[in-house]
Amino acid sequence: MKVRFKLNGEEVEVEANPASRLLDVLREKFGLIGVKEGCGEGECGACAVLLDGRVVHSCLVPFANVMGKEIITIEGLRKTEEYRIIEESLLDAGSVQCGFCTPGFVISIYALLKNNPNPEDKEIREAISGNLCRCTGYQMIIDGVKLAAKRGEKLWKA
Amino acid sequence: MRDISKPVRRFDASEKIAGVARFVDDHYEEGMLYGKIVRSERVRAKIKAIKIPELPEGYHVISAKDIPGKNRIKMIFDDWPFLAEDVVNYFGEPILLVVGPEREKVYEISESIEIEYEDIPAILSVEEALLNKKPPIYGENNLFADYFFEKGDVENAFSEADEVIEEEFKTGFQEHIYLEPQGMIAKYNNGRIEVFGSMQCPFYVKNALIEEFDTKPDKIRVVQTTTGGGFGGKEEYPSQIAGIAALGAYKTGKTVKLVYDRAEDVEFTTKRHPSHIRIKGAVKNGKVIGIEVEIILNAGSYAGLSSVVLQRGMFAATGAYSIPNVRVIGKAVATNIVPMGAFRGFGAPQSIFAIETFMNHVAKRLGRDPVEFKLSHRYRKGDTTATGGLLRNEVRLPEIVNRVLSMSDYYSKKKEKKEGKKLYGIGFSMFLHGCGFTGNGEEILKSIARLKKRKDNKVEILISNVDMGQGPQTTLRKVVAEVLGIPYEDVIYENPDTDRVPDSGPTVASRTAMIVGGLLYRAAKELKEKWVDGEEIVVEKQYRHPEYIKWDQEKFKGDAYPEYSWGANVIEVEVDPITYEIDVKKAYAVFDLGTPLDRKIIEGQIHGGMLQGIGYATLEVMEQKDGRFMQRTITDYIVPTALDAPLFETDLVSQPYEHGPFGAKCAGELTFVGAAPAVCAAVEDALQIDLYEIPIRPEKLLTIMEKKNESEV
Ligand code: FES
Ligand code: FES
Repeated sequence: MKVRFKLNGEEVEVEANPASRLLDVLREKFGLIGVKEGCGEGECGACAVLLDGRVVHSCLVPFANVMGKEIITIEGLRKTEEYRIIEESLLDAGSVQCGFCTPGFVISIYALLKNNPNPEDKEIREAISGNLCRCTGYQMIIDGVKLAAKRGEKLWKA
Repeated sequence: MRDISKPVRRFDASEKIAGVARFVDDHYEEGMLYGKIVRSERVRAKIKAIKIPELPEGYHVISAKDIPGKNRIKMIFDDWPFLAEDVVNYFGEPILLVVGPEREKVYEISESIEIEYEDIPAILSVEEALLNKKPPIYGENNLFADYFFEKGDVENAFSEADEVIEEEFKTGFQEHIYLEPQGMIAKYNNGRIEVFGSMQCPFYVKNALIEEFDTKPDKIRVVQTTTGGGFGGKEEYPSQIAGIAALGAYKTGKTVKLVYDRAEDVEFTTKRHPSHIRIKGAVKNGKVIGIEVEIILNAGSYAGLSSVVLQRGMFAATGAYSIPNVRVIGKAVATNIVPMGAFRGFGAPQSIFAIETFMNHVAKRLGRDPVEFKLSHRYRKGDTTATGGLLRNEVRLPEIVNRVLSMSDYYSKKKEKKEGKKLYGIGFSMFLHGCGFTGNGEEILKSIARLKKRKDNKVEILISNVDMGQGPQTTLRKVVAEVLGIPYEDVIYENPDTDRVPDSGPTVASRTAMIVGGLLYRAAKELKEKWVDGEEIVVEKQYRHPEYIKWDQEKFKGDAYPEYSWGANVIEVEVDPITYEIDVKKAYAVFDLGTPLDRKIIEGQIHGGMLQGIGYATLEVMEQKDGRFMQRTITDYIVPTALDAPLFETDLVSQPYEHGPFGAKCAGELTFVGAAPAVCAAVEDALQIDLYEIPIRPEKLLTIMEKKNESEV
């Protein structure tokens, strides 16, 4: 089946089995390796992408469902100023260890700050509760989010 | 001079955030084949027949018969095959590998293969294995290891005692859940095998392949790909995947990718050893004067590293306490389940949980404050350990404990219990961790680290140790740059490739910073002396224990480790009085891990290690039924999310070790060991009960509380 959708700002059309997972199409047809498979069960968030601005786990999305929609992956996000702020903040807060979970967290953090530029601790925890991290204990990721909220103040409110 | 402990941005972080770092599954190649393992559907059986359907062109099925060399994964014992031959010893044991160009087709074929089995009576528990009524899995009595050591006169201590207290403790399985599942890519070119993958120990993999293919070292190349967490789970197990993938490449001449999916990884890779620990203590005049500890580990179906895991567990049996009369007995028992393996702490967490909880119980029984009671037994400089090793360095436990108590406001919280809908409790633990390989491990390894100064005056670190998230890409660069007085950016450290690096040993046992970092420190000192601009200079250093270290591996006598790190934790919990769910609210920790090589990286190790330990004590339940795990996916096996994680508050007391780089000691495992006993003590405090088992499950608490309430009525 041929599916047309917007991927990281560009209109694309691709032929794939409609039942295949969005995750596989992104990784294999488009080479978007920043979208990771940590579980394939919707539990870890390593495969997170934005679908029309909302965070989804691409391992659970059948490819046919993206017809006419807009998908943004970490590869698309990293061209933005918002990404740069998040990146710098995660670097300074020491939020990254093995890094396998990180692109998925960036997606969730971006969506959170776009909706809620000044989140409280509890709101941050809720927003990233769909992302598992086995290395950090989360606190330094949360520190990174707070730093990004502060540093990107104007951007998030824009 | 820059302050070595001052945090810098991690060198590997930018590309990880951006998603451009390539983990094993991110490597693609034109014409590459996908692999899928066909696994045993029986717990223990003879393989009678294998029916393979007609295969489409380009698809292959590979078995143990295709192995040109020895079908045993090189480890301590000689029992664990890459692919099962005529018997299977656990549910899920690899039997065949299917490879081919289309992944779906490969999966389809793997499911259509029929295997005929003849069951052998399976040994489903440690108790059953010790009874020894069924045909043994290993040797004559199912024991991979059966050890014993003593210090002082234990019998005399028991006869002199005012009171003898005996308790039994249990700890469960734990699955690593590194976020990146296991995987390998193998190639075969002109008689040479190359393997790329997620691993902690490139030379373990290389040595395993040399024997598997009965070939020369120069015919095998192993390269680590950026590794998404390990925690011990990628210590020995990757050798099996590498061996199977390499066999696929060898048979087909094509590149083979073999990456586990999460369910496969949860159900069929190594786990932390469940334990059953009995402690008998002789108490006289308010002190434990003698102790007997018996540690029984469920080792699973193959020996793996269990004998050494047991040793570390036994050497940690008395925790941070100086007890004059000690007897420690240990057994690693074979049962028909996946082989148990390395996991952060390596046998010590089980022992520390048991001794800490035991000391709490004894203190309560004597009407003493647990913290004060524990401190009165603490190790001091000049004491000898359970194995008779000498503590040569300052033991700053009083300072560590005082700091964690004041940070957490322990005593006032313990006294005036917070009133609320939930039951509040606070718990304390103190502990140690032996740095580096256990016993004579380092002496056998004789690790070599190399520094190469290039003509452009950049310096390359050449070692076989990997960054799996714990930060050596940053800390080791800092060590070398600091000694040489050059910018951090001028130090290069690529993922290890066995063609290019010497064997500096595996990335395990919290040895990378202290042992390998120590070698690099000395190499950098020498390089600094020899430095000539624009010239290539190579310096190598080989590890030897300091002269004063004495160890008898036969008798388990002497210095089991060259140095120790220390710590104390306080944990606050709230327990729901109806569901008995445990909410871990705050975690405080103070550690002496020598000089931190980067405060932020250490902070990250502390949070991550403690949360893994908190999970171990609470949420992370894995049970076995009829030889299979009941938790087979990450949906059933629960690890903490950001909502489960407490707030952490940490501090360091730094007693430097003279042979560690800038005084660094061990860190990674130390952060794990104290959390579970502190959680347990906090739950005991909240409910005013005694506990003997982790994970602490709400159902269990409910039963205990029902009994307690009945007896109080
Ligand atoms: S891979 Fe999609 S949630 Fe884990
Ligand atoms: S940094 Fe390793 S899983 Fe998050």
